[in-house]
Amino acid sequence: MKSDPVECHSRNKIMLIAVTQSRMMWPEPAELPAGRDRKHAPTVTHAKTDEAHWVARLVAVGTNRDQAAFAELFRHYAPRVKAFLIKSGADHAMAEECMQDVMATLWRKSHLYDPGRASVATWIFTIARNRRIDMIRKSRRPEPDELPWGPEAAPEQADVLALQQDSARLAEALKQLPEKQRYLVERAFFGDMTHSEIAAETGLPLGTIKSRIRLAIERLRHSMGAEA
Amino acid sequence: MITHHIPDDLLMGYAAGGLSEAFDLVVASHVSLNDDARARLSSFEALGGAVLEGAETAELADDSFEATMARIMGTAPADTVREEAKAPARHATFPKCLRDYVGGDTDAVQWRPVGMGVKQAVLPTGDGEATARLLYIPAGQAMPDHGHNGVEVTLVLQGAFIDEDGRFARGDIEVATQETEHTPVADIGEDCICLVVTDAPLRFNGLLPKIAQKILRI
Repeated sequence: MKSDPVECHSRNKIMLIAVTQSRMMWPEPAELPAGRDRKHAPTVTHAKTDEAHWVARLVAVGTNRDQAAFAELFRHYAPRVKAFLIKSGADHAMAEECMQDVMATLWRKSHLYDPGRASVATWIFTIARNRRIDMIRKSRRPEPDELPWGPEAAPEQADVLALQQDSARLAEALKQLPEKQRYLVERAFFGDMTHSEIAAETGLPLGTIKSRIRLAIERLRHSMGAEA
Repeated sequence: MITHHIPDDLLMGYAAGGLSEAFDLVVASHVSLNDDARARLSSFEALGGAVLEGAETAELADDSFEATMARIMGTAPADTVREEAKAPARHATFPKCLRDYVGGDTDAVQWRPVGMGVKQAVLPTGDGEATARLLYIPAGQAMPDHGHNGVEVTLVLQGAFIDEDGRFARGDIEVATQETEHTPVADIGEDCICLVVTDAPLRFNGLLPKIAQKILRI
């Protein structure tokens, strides 16, 4: 594992936090996982390395209550979660409130995170999505039952790696989508909008929106080499 | 058009958080009982994760991190053991997400007779437009003939039913659209219990059921 550089890295991070406390906003989150140690990595593995990095950070929070690792996750994901909530219709105050709640949930539930089943971003996305709905409905959103787990169901390392590679490929495939399709996929996930509402906003006929989204999904499936 | 598999747009709608509460309930219940749907839902959620990862960022409040840490320190960590693993309700007919709405399993349902031995219970979802109800059809009995104004999603929880499009057993889902006029009949052998979600009132074809529809909110 990359324990040494990561440990150093996170110690640097905690210093950073102390320094930036009084500033208006956190340092640009996208820059954080980059920096020195990533510069030397070959281009193709960037996304994969990033994912492995975030998994290691989240697992560190889950197993050791690692505050530096949490701070790093916070700097990267909190601004994204807040942007997601704003795009979904929340005002700034409510988005801030809900985001803090989401990040606190991340801390409290970090020991339940299974890197063999979801990427860090996916896990955080589902927490934020459910929390947003809970707040609107003032009741708990129905969620699928947990799979029955055996005692100490530790994820297979091969599954964890495969999932990280898939996540990287999915992110890449999403970037490669034609602009119009990607826009609609993002609206569908971030907008709290039905297809009909997207139709009203974009002026596109409902059929066009549905077929573009379907096309986007097909393309993503193709890039992922799915059997279906 | 009728499908045995849950369509992508419902799974994607659940993943994106865009469904109404009644539809959330039927999707979550189906996913609880069907591994294929669970895997497909995971891939839509992975897409949501990818969108989040690549998304723009918003500026945080000055004290955002400190306020979050204060929240964390003010509350106990979540239980270490997954609830379901702790008390797996192996013999329950309803998945947990549905038991939460009913207040228990089949024996806790507040059934109301609809006629011909058929019973229903409307579940309390906060939706204006969509309705979730449990339907109980005695073995061998037909459900009242009906069509729909909108989409009707039926999830079988116990027994099975047969209609023009085949046989649907526990965990199977049927999505019927406006054009569908179907007559589900509960399979012999066991009484059938279904979770039925509609986004518009059912349209019954006989005169008597029409009156029942008004009174019983079918």
